[in-house]
This record gives sequence, structure tokens and C-alpha cells, in this order.
Amino acid sequence: MTRTLHAEWTKLRTVAGPGALLLAAAALTAVVGVIAANAVSCPGQACQVDPAKVSLFGIYLSQAVVAIVAVTAVSGEYSTGMIRLTLAAMPRRWQVLAAKATVVGAATLVTGAVAVLASVLAGGALLARHGFVPAHGYEALSLGQGAVLRATAGSVLYLGLIALLGLGVAAMVRDSAVAIGTVLGLLYLFPIVAGFIGDPAVQRHLDQVSPMTAGLYIQATTDLRALPLTPWQGLGVLAAWAAGALLAGGLLLRFRDA
Amino acid sequence: MTAIAPYRSELGTGRDGFAQLLRAEWTKFRTVRGWVIGTLVGALLIVGLAVLTGANSVCSEQPNPSGPSLACPAPPTGPGGQWVSDSFYFVRQPLAGDGSLTVRVTSLTGLYATHPGFAAAGASPTAGMTPGVEPWSKAGIIIKASTAQGSAYAAMMVTGAHGVRMQWDFTGDAAGLAGKVSAASPRWLRLTRSGDVIRGYDSADGTHWTLVGTVTLARLPATAQGGLFAATPGYTKTSTSLGGSSSTGGPALATGAFDHLTQQGSWPAATTGRWTGQDIKGATDNTLSASAQGFTQTGSRFTVSGSGDIAPDAGGGGLRAIQQVLAGTFVGLIALVVVGAMFITVEYRRGLIRTTFTASPRRGRVLAAKAVVLAGVTFAAGLVATVIAVPLGEHLLHENGNPIEPLPALTEARIVVGTAALLAVAAVLALAAGALLRSSAGAVTAVVAGIILPYLLAVLSGVLPVGVEEWLDRVTPAAGFAIQQSVSPYAQVSASYTPANGYFPLAPWAGFAVLCAWAALALILATVLLRRRDA
Repeated sequence: MTRTLHAEWTKLRTVAGPGALLLAAAALTAVVGVIAANAVSCPGQACQVDPAKVSLFGIYLSQAVVAIVAVTAVSGEYSTGMIRLTLAAMPRRWQVLAAKATVVGAATLVTGAVAVLASVLAGGALLARHGFVPAHGYEALSLGQGAVLRATAGSVLYLGLIALLGLGVAAMVRDSAVAIGTVLGLLYLFPIVAGFIGDPAVQRHLDQVSPMTAGLYIQATTDLRALPLTPWQGLGVLAAWAAGALLAGGLLLRFRDA
Repeated sequence: MTAIAPYRSELGTGRDGFAQLLRAEWTKFRTVRGWVIGTLVGALLIVGLAVLTGANSVCSEQPNPSGPSLACPAPPTGPGGQWVSDSFYFVRQPLAGDGSLTVRVTSLTGLYATHPGFAAAGASPTAGMTPGVEPWSKAGIIIKASTAQGSAYAAMMVTGAHGVRMQWDFTGDAAGLAGKVSAASPRWLRLTRSGDVIRGYDSADGTHWTLVGTVTLARLPATAQGGLFAATPGYTKTSTSLGGSSSTGGPALATGAFDHLTQQGSWPAATTGRWTGQDIKGATDNTLSASAQGFTQTGSRFTVSGSGDIAPDAGGGGLRAIQQVLAGTFVGLIALVVVGAMFITVEYRRGLIRTTFTASPRRGRVLAAKAVVLAGVTFAAGLVATVIAVPLGEHLLHENGNPIEPLPALTEARIVVGTAALLAVAAVLALAAGALLRSSAGAVTAVVAGIILPYLLAVLSGVLPVGVEEWLDRVTPAAGFAIQQSVSPYAQVSASYTPANGYFPLAPWAGFAVLCAWAALALILATVLLRRRDA
């Protein structure tokens, strides 16, 4: 397994795309977070704005970039035919997928941690200047608060799970375009479709199973009672999607010709 | 000795016109199973989502707990065919022919509640309400075809913050004297009827009159209703928060004080003519209870208090049926964007692009041919899907008790055809992005993040301030969704004009033009790079 891991790490490291894309994802998270934090302000009491969510706003965009990295880690091998070499050298296919998941997941977690920390720190500093102060009912955004720590750590895990979802879907469909389309569709379409359904109960159910909506509940630090799921349950929904995709991808990889 | 003739193929030389290129690209598209399947999947998803939203959006009301649940009532329909709100307090007399009505307004005051369900509390229906007029509180004189909601009318009025206005048939609005009305600066209003033509005048002193507007009310019956009215839309305060914007507010009451009422023409004789007060109102209007409204008369002095509004319906109901049934646009769009990107990136991956460019070295024309074929196929698939999805979804919505707003045929056609065009242009944008990036994943992500994400953020709402959202919906390719707008915003109605309620910051075709500009820009860049780079 160590050798498989090493092989996958070498691939990820030496292909031009992933490194640059992960850097871009980190930069996007932080930059969009700063822009969002700059755009909101709290002039008085009861702003109903969740400062952690604002600071971590960049995740909406950067998750797409993380998905590209994850998808191309698998589908790139299919498009160049490299997959046949990989599987010839490492015939245990489950192990190959596990190694890919470990390497891509770990790389995403590391990048995500840097990006999320930067966003929270920068966002906290900016928001304090835009009226998010104790006088208006907001404590300074700091990792010492349990809810903010949960939002921060949870957002890093969220990006990691997005990477696993991307890997699983790519292993299932093997084509980059179809895989990325499926992943982005799963992420972005649930909330849009839920918004068009007039029945609040159906809407709530859709929110509960939507990988992005439910997964991002982890970023909530205020008004938790209004959420249809607790933050960790929400992240659990995304984890279930990722696990399901990896399982299906693994089975197809195992039993299908490459 | 016989000369050996060199071999010559029996086949004629192939022609290389644009038609041949189109044919070549069409053959490619037609024969790659994945692309055809992707296009069909996109079309099916559009129809499927229409069925899903239609079947899952149930609207019902139970007037009494033990009774059956009924379909939600539709708002009244105005003379122009659009939904309107038409509830106000009407102090009226019949006008059986031509005539005029003149009055002086000396004040417009109001009360508003800051939360709904107000009427239930307290002994007095207005207890605890805050004094203040809404910007579009109105009081004045009106000539209306009948007391039925949605019937034709023309009115002269003073408003809370928009001066004197003449309004007619819900959508018409013309400005008269500016400034607020008060005892120190009263406003004189006059309406004259001759046949179907109604003229509105205003004056600051009762002697110098200015014509504000002349309108023709179609099918105004011989005996119309004329008199004084007061109405005001409710108080609303919208607070945006993460995860959604919420509006709070409650009903409001406007009270106008009138004097110097004079009538000329075919009114009932002064001795027999009695003024009748009537609360014009529908079952669902959020107005104050009838006991709060009313009028008092002392000689030619009147005070009239009313609640409700006489205005086009600006979507307090939120979702628009036609947008609801086209929810699948977003899903289908992703499928077609995937196909569009693959139409070129797969050629790079398989190396077919070298054959393509060998056969047809003019690379710009190859890209143009690809764009034409892709646009044609996706437009056709999208059109078939929307033509099926709209009636099917609206039928299901209707079955589930949702009122469906009647749309002018041209608007409906624009939405159905425009959605197909939107899908086609998005696919072409993906093709160009694919030619630029040569990576399927990158191209699909760029286009999806450019088209769908800004819309999502605008609808998900509250996450960003309204200004940023509007800006996103103006400059990103997501502006193209404006083509689905079925209603136009009205200056004379304060409402939440947001994408979530079906309003876009750009006009339908302007928004679509923004998307087309993005596609054109991407195509030009792609052509330049295709020529410069090695294939």
C-alpha cells in the first residue's frame, strides 16, 4: 500500500494541473471570502448575518476547483490510457482507488486548511471593522469559540469530502466532462431545484439530502435551530454521498475492463 | 511501348466549402453516441424537472378546519390580462354618462402595523398601529367600470411620497404636481368623462388646472361608478440574512381628507344622491378588517380610510409558474454544456483534431462550423423540451391548485424559444471554452461556475448584499436567464424585485445579449488561439 500511495503521490505531484489548481482553489477561497466580508456590514442590532458563513463564502466557488482536481486524478488516466499501465503495475484496483483517495484527499485537506484559516482570520478582521462588534451582538471571530472552530474544521473536511465525491463519480463515469458535470450538478442544482418547488415540506427534504446545502450547514454558527439538520448531521449527508460515490466507483473499477 | 497511365482515383475531388464542413461536423455529432445521449438526457431532464416541480407544488387552502381543502384562489385579472391587486375603500355614486368630479384634498395620513395578523388583536382594529404613510399610500377620486375587482378605472390621487398621480387600468401611471399634500398646500383633483375618454387634471389653487393625462377605457359601460377612494399597500421591511431574505410587515391604513366636492353631469340628483361606502376586497387580500375602513361625511367634507392597493400584482406570491416549470433549464444546461465542451475537447484527446485540420486547414471555419452544428442541435433539443415542459408542468401545477398567471402569447413564446436559445448559446460558450482550455473538466467548470453559480447565489439570496447580487446578474453569463422573465417591474409598486421573485436587473433581451457577448468573445479568443497554437 505504501508503494501504491507513493506512486499516486508522484503522479499528483508531477502532473502540472493539480498543484496549480489546488493553489488556485486556496486563493479563490480566501479572495472571495475577503470580497464577501468587505461587502457586508452590520449597522445595528439584529443583522441576522452569520459572520463565519460570510468569511467562508469562497467555498461556494473553490469547491468546483477542488472537484476538477479530484475528477481529473481519475479521468485523466482514462483519457491518456495511463490507467492500463497503472492497473498493470498495481493490479489491486481497490487499493489503487484507496491510494488515490488518500493522496488527493490529504492534498485537499492541507490546501483547504490553509485557505479556510486564511479566510476566517482575514474575514474576522474585516468584519470587526464593518460593525460585527460585541455592541451589535457579535463576538470577534476566533477559533476559541466552539461554533467557529466547528465551522472552520468542518469547512476543511467539506472540501476533503468534495474531493472524495469527485473521485468516486470520476471512477464511475471515467470521462472528465461527464464527471465534472455530474459533480457540479449534484452540488449546485439541488438548492436551485428546491427553490422552485412550492411545497415547503418537499423543499426541506431536498435540502436535507442536498450534498452542498446540507454539507454547508457545518458553517452555521448562529441560528442553528432554524436548520433542518444539525451541522454535523449535514456534513454527514455529504459524507454519505462521497462514500456512496466511492463505493460505486470502486465496484465499477473492480469489475469493469479498464 | 505503351505509356503507363498513372493511377487516378475514380472519385471526384472533394469540395471544401462551409457546407461540407457543416456536414462533417454534423456527421461527427450524429455518430458519437455519448453526445446524442447527452443531448437527449438534457432535454429529458428539462421535461422531468417540470413534472417534478409541478407534481410537488401543491397549493391548497382550508377555509374552515372541517371543510374540504380548496385550490388557491387566483388574484383578480385586470383589463390588460395581468394579475392585479384591487382592494380599496370606495365611496361611490353611479355616473350614468358624461360628467366630472372635482375635489380638494387637504391631508393624507396613515397607520401601519409592523407585523401581520394584526387585526385580531385588541378591541379597536387599529389599536397599537404606528402613524405614518407608505410611499404609495393613495387617496383621491376614481371612475371605475364597476365595483368588480379588476374592472377598468382611471383615478387622480395624492400619494404618500410620489406627489399627485393619474393612474388607470392598473399599469398606467402619470405624474402630476410634486410634493406632499397638507392643509397649507392642498391639491385639487378633477376627473372628466366623455364617452370612453377620461381626462385627469390637477391644480394647486382650484383655478389654474393642468391636464395630467387623457386615457381611453375600453368597454366602459354607460353607467360607471365614480367617487372617492383610499388605499395603501401594507408596510414591509425586508431583512436579508444568510440563507434567505425575509420580509416582515403588516397591513396599513390610509386616510384622506377631502372637501369642496363638486359633481357635474349625469350624477344622481343632489337631493336623492347618497354616497355609498364599500370595501372592495378579495378573499385573500392582506388588508385591515372592514371595521377599520370607512368614511365620514359632513356636507361636502369627507374623510375616507382604506386599506389594500390598486396596482399590478408585483409578485408578493414569490414564484412565477412559468419559471417554476422551467426549473429544469439549469439541469438541462449542465448536460448540454458537457456535450458542448466535449464536442471539441474529445477531438484533442483522440487526436482527431489533427485529421480535422488536415482536411480543412482553415481553423476558424472549423470552429464556426462546430458552433453552428452545436447551436442548431442544442436549440432544437431545447425547444422540443421547453415546448413539452411548459404546458405539461403548468397543467400539473394547475391540477395541484396553483393559480397560473395568464401571460401574453408573445411573452410566453419569448420564454419558451428564449430558453432554448439560452441553452444553445451556453453550449456554444462551452465549446469555445473547450477550445481555449482544451480540457473538458476546466471548460465545463468555467461555464457552470459562470452561468449557474451567480444565479444560485442571487436566488439563494441573502448571502451577498443586493448590490453585489445585481452586479453579478448583470455582467456574468448568468444575465442570460433574464430571458425567462415573465413580468416587468412597475415603478408605481414597491416590491422585492429580485431574481427569486422572477425579476432580473436587465431586460430580457439585454440579459440574453450579455450571454451572447460572452459566447462571442470566447469564440473570437478561441479562433485566435486555434490559429496560433499547434493542434
